[in-house]
Amino acid sequence: MAADEQVTLLDTWASSIGMRVRIALAEKGVKYEFIEQDLWSKSGLLLQMNPVHKKIPVLVHNGKPVCESLVIVQYIDEVWKDKAPLLPSDPYQRAQSRFWADFVDKKIYEHGRTIMTTKVEDQEATAKKDFIDTLKLMEGELGDKPYFGGETLGYVDVALLPYCCWFYTYEKILNFSLEADCPKLNAYCKRCLQKESVSKSLEDPKKIYDFALKLRKKLGVE
Amino acid sequence: MAADEQVTLLDTWASSIGMRVRIALAEKGVKYEFIEQDLWNKSGLLLQMNPVHKKIPVLVHNGKPVCESLVIAQYIDEVWKDKAPLLPSDPYQRAQSRFWADFVDKKIYEHVRTIMTTKVEDQEAAGKKDFIDTLKLMEGELGDKPYFGGETLGYVDVALLPYCCWFYTYENILNFSLEADCPKLNAYCKRCLQKESVSKSLEDPKKIYDFALKLRKKLGVE
Repeated sequence: MAADEQVTLLDTWASSIGMRVRIALAEKGVKYEFIEQDLWSKSGLLLQMNPVHKKIPVLVHNGKPVCESLVIVQYIDEVWKDKAPLLPSDPYQRAQSRFWADFVDKKIYEHGRTIMTTKVEDQEATAKKDFIDTLKLMEGELGDKPYFGGETLGYVDVALLPYCCWFYTYEKILNFSLEADCPKLNAYCKRCLQKESVSKSLEDPKKIYDFALKLRKKLGVE
Repeated sequence: MAADEQVTLLDTWASSIGMRVRIALAEKGVKYEFIEQDLWNKSGLLLQMNPVHKKIPVLVHNGKPVCESLVIAQYIDEVWKDKAPLLPSDPYQRAQSRFWADFVDKKIYEHVRTIMTTKVEDQEAAGKKDFIDTLKLMEGELGDKPYFGGETLGYVDVALLPYCCWFYTYENILNFSLEADCPKLNAYCKRCLQKESVSKSLEDPKKIYDFALKLRKKLGVE
């Protein structure tokens, strides 16, 4: 990276969507400054850098902000294009990668939000089943590939991998076992955590669970 | 286009997100076959081409499906890259375009779903003011540029322009005037409708309104 290159990430340590950006930066070997944000008392910097949504993550590159995790990941892929490409080069394969990353956003992210904002006793059988069915669909898409990106970690992996440290929390809240219900996805998470770019970008699942319980108490669902 | 090139669009005539794909194809001068879908009785073809979401639009290019309107728009931009580029070449500008297209998807698309599924008398409470504020935010982003894409029609324009033929419907349901509340956006729509790629891809606003009323009756809100 050039000596005058300044990369800052406005994020919160437990955020699954912030972790996407961390994985992408790590894959590209980009050094950056991580500035933890308080979302209950938003900083002037966050409000200045993301006036539209006022959310994390925000990547600030040489003073210019990029917002929305998957927009940021594509930006990282295009700026630092000489190392570890995240999107394939073929337009049809790129479209498939974008489709599945969008699926992770629409389905898994939304499921995660519902799980976190619902009391344990109200986690209906149907919602739990839908979540597990969604994970099984991802397993089907992974198939026998080591990564969704094929032989190397790609865009869809970046979108999905943060959940590997959140699954412990979902298992507890929903009372299911990833290993039992989605063994392939479980194995995928274990395998990917062996990569430094992933293990250094994710957080300890037990710390995430403590955090989740405190957050659920604050939201009045625990 | 090569003699053996086959482009098919599975769509419904009134769909604002289907129109995005039509505008993109028209900008690129791509000939395609439009196959109207019945969403109340989904065809085998649709279910085969979009098994995950079972929704339109689906672009089928030489037998291979691409789903999700903005994924399709980017695919079209990359395949037919020699004419009318929709995304800028600079990574930061591309990130800004993706951000605003995502904004149209997250905010405007969600607003209009609420508008369409809410009774007239409940519209104020359901967020009429928020919708108009969102449109004003888009006006601010447009500024003095002829298009969101700058001097030429771009990715954000493709995402937003279909609403130009739906605004008449929203004005009637919400009881507001786009010309009075968002004059810049109103002028932008009129200006863009002078482009053949836009006017041929959109539908008559009064036909859209008739369709919307029938749909609202079916949904029990009219």
